[in-house]
Amino acid sequence: MIRQCSILFGCLALGELIVYLTGIHLPSSIIGMLLLTLFLKLGWIKLEWVQGLSDFLVANLGFFFVPSGVALMLYFDIITAEFWPIVIATLVSTVLVLVVTGWVHQLVRKYGFFRK
Amino acid sequence: MDFLENKFFLLAITFGFFFLSKVFQKKTGWVLLNPILVAIALLICFLKFTGVSYEKYSEAGSLVEFWLKPAVVALGVPLYLQLRMIKKQLMPIIVSQLAGCIVGLVAVTVIAKLMGASPQVIMSLAPKSVTTPIAMEVSNAVGGIPSLTAAVVIVVGLFGAICGFKVLQVGHVGSPIAQGLSMGTASHAVGTSRAMEVSGKYGAYASLGLTLNGILTALLTPTILHLLGLY
Repeated sequence: MIRQCSILFGCLALGELIVYLTGIHLPSSIIGMLLLTLFLKLGWIKLEWVQGLSDFLVANLGFFFVPSGVALMLYFDIITAEFWPIVIATLVSTVLVLVVTGWVHQLVRKYGFFRK
Repeated sequence: MDFLENKFFLLAITFGFFFLSKVFQKKTGWVLLNPILVAIALLICFLKFTGVSYEKYSEAGSLVEFWLKPAVVALGVPLYLQLRMIKKQLMPIIVSQLAGCIVGLVAVTVIAKLMGASPQVIMSLAPKSVTTPIAMEVSNAVGGIPSLTAAVVIVVGLFGAICGFKVLQVGHVGSPIAQGLSMGTASHAVGTSRAMEVSGKYGAYASLGLTLNGILTALLTPTILHLLGLY
């Protein structure tokens, strides 16, 4: 477990370092995730060194943002004031994402992006 | 009663409410009773009812929130396990993910702006299609309100899970891979769990869409918002 924590927090710390050094506008956790994938692919880290803890974290992802959701109680006035823009923009763009992703995938698969 | 502000007590009810919400959803089988949504609602009611301030609660809550970042890093493991699947049809997947990500970002921000939403709200809506930990990080990075983002993300997830397959049918998206990808791209983990109910194959592609759109959204949001003149 200690090794698993060292690896996960090590990747996160590297991500933080990259953000600190480059000032890039990316969450350090995303950089850490890509680094972890890269290290696994390169074989520097073995899957069984991280699997237990990462399975636990991924399976319970939902729980970790419950407290942040509670902060919503501070923003009730913004939500009531801008209710319709929030709802319409969200629903319309979700429908567009669903259909566009599907269409493009089917088209590219059918006709190819680069002809062989 | 001061005891109600005890950190460990507040942590215990956070765990407890989430656990109960999960059990409740399993019992009823209702997609709408998303345990995250229910747990948040219960906690807000509890705080309003007892008069415990959000500031006090967040002292306990931040201990849970702390694990969001390591949990996102841990998503690197499923991503690694899916690398082979991605490689097999790299082009269709990458191109469709890019299209979905950009269309979603542009549509949600432009519509919100046209309808007169404030900049803070527009920034909070931008990353709405991706899984909450990533969305909250992005929202935070571009100056949105992370907790508003969290709420919108959950609504998007529920909408996708409930109406997603209907929308795809009406929109003539028939292939199982495309349907799975779309579900994960548009409505993240909640959409993925819905796809998982149909079959493992749908679920695998949905989780691929969820991961890739998460990465693309994190990478592209600041740039696209900048190009739109919003950030």
